[in-house]
Amino acid sequence: MQRETVRDNTIFVLFLVLMAVFLSPILIVLMNSFKGKFFISDAPFKLPDSTTYVGLENYISGLEKTGFLNAFGMSLLITVLSVLVIVWFTSMTAWYITRVKTGFTKSLYFAFVFSMIVPFQMVMFTMTKVANVLHLDNPLGIVIIYLGFGAGLSVFLYSGFVKSIPVEIEEAVMMDGGNPRQMFFRVVFPILKPIAITVAILNVMWIWNDYLLPYLVIGTEYKTIPIAIQYLRGGYGSIDMGAMMAMLTLAIVPVVIFYLFCQRYIIEGVVAGAVKG
Amino acid sequence: MEKSIKRYVLFFTLPTLLAFAALFVVPFALGIYLSFTEFTTVNDATWVGLSNYGKAFANPDFQNALWFTSKFTVVSIITVNVLAFLLALLLTRGRKGTNLFRTAFFMPNLIGGIVLGYIWQLILNGILYRYEVTLTFDAKYGFWGLVILMSWQMIGYMMVIYIAGIQSIPKDLFEVAKIEGADRWATVRHVTIPMIMPAITICLFLTMINSLKLFDQNLALTAGAPSKETAMLALDIYNTFYGTPGFEGVGQAKAVVFFVLVALISMIQLSITRRREVEQ
Repeated sequence: MQRETVRDNTIFVLFLVLMAVFLSPILIVLMNSFKGKFFISDAPFKLPDSTTYVGLENYISGLEKTGFLNAFGMSLLITVLSVLVIVWFTSMTAWYITRVKTGFTKSLYFAFVFSMIVPFQMVMFTMTKVANVLHLDNPLGIVIIYLGFGAGLSVFLYSGFVKSIPVEIEEAVMMDGGNPRQMFFRVVFPILKPIAITVAILNVMWIWNDYLLPYLVIGTEYKTIPIAIQYLRGGYGSIDMGAMMAMLTLAIVPVVIFYLFCQRYIIEGVVAGAVKG
Repeated sequence: MEKSIKRYVLFFTLPTLLAFAALFVVPFALGIYLSFTEFTTVNDATWVGLSNYGKAFANPDFQNALWFTSKFTVVSIITVNVLAFLLALLLTRGRKGTNLFRTAFFMPNLIGGIVLGYIWQLILNGILYRYEVTLTFDAKYGFWGLVILMSWQMIGYMMVIYIAGIQSIPKDLFEVAKIEGADRWATVRHVTIPMIMPAITICLFLTMINSLKLFDQNLALTAGAPSKETAMLALDIYNTFYGTPGFEGVGQAKAVVFFVLVALISMIQLSITRRREVEQ
């Protein structure tokens, strides 16, 4: 007993140190966001002192330069709408193609799984063109693009889960005279809740952080957070390191808050997604 | 029951199907077709056969990107998985603070690739500055920078999967190993590793796919500098499309090669490790 406690404590302290090292990059960015822009590059590991400390100056200039608040709103809008649309429509499709076995549904399932291994660069140019022709090159249209390109993984995850639900419950409801439409939303969808959370989490992580797709499709007219940050670097000249550090901090804060609130679901979701994937 | 559901086929599948067809199937098919043509917009494509593929493989930037991506993928698979597995082993041994550490190590994974790139640019340049060089001074700095970034990002993710695997091993197996006098290393080798083969399969797969497809981190950390030497495949294809007028067809051919490569490697990897799982 005694020896186990000693061992537990040793591992605990070792991990505390490891964790501090592991999280230090984030703290270094935070620390530098309060330093003048000329003091960041040469000595990023020094704490701000009376000469280097500039208060909120970087935040003010960064917010102005990047339009960060708009970008935040844009990221939020695109992510929330896309994830709702994906969770809603792919669950219906996945349930249907798992329950109804025809040549059509089997080939559909295969096509969805296939799409999961196709790298974005393969469709980068042509998808952008199609989006253009269909007038999807705007913040609402991009939601449909995310549904189309993200359907594969979500359908796959839902299908795996549907297979594990006994079909008897659904049969019983149908016997009582329900139609499949009502039955899906009243009976099946509530059962799908755990996997729906996983699907939502994996898609939030992807869409919130996605850079290239929104950049190519809607350009820099409406910027999301990753685009606003990349834009700071600009085409030429030197980067305003102060503004950069402040904007990196602002980009990390919402993610950390979201994570601390949904931590349990995120980790469970990632494990569930990985085992199915 | 199937029959009555069947009538609702459009209700259940149409929205997903339309989006999937328009934004994946059509672009994919069109992409393959365009790789055999010369074009600047989709409408002016003229058939040129395999010439784009010839140009792609003859292109030194593409050769370099292929080599750089392969090296990077091999090295990062090793660093990420070895470290993630060791952390998982240690974390399933102690009981205090397991949740706290799991939460902390996973965190970088939620931060976007562009942001990750700039975080590490600051830190690595801060260190390299003492030796009077920068990340883009020599390709080797960019290479190891990307490996460090990737490890930082992915270790927590893989660790979480390894922990789940280790925790699902029946406790009596470890007791049997103890009774038979197996030391710690023998237990890991003969009990833990064989029992978590499914987790190993999936972790190797995810690390590999993510390394091969890396783009945002690459763009933010080095943007390929010096002179495209640290550009990975995804970035090289992007540069060919949007930075080299007249080379759209070559860019599309590179993209097809990239797709075939990713598809082939994933199939091979999955079939090899799945076979090992069955044997255990």
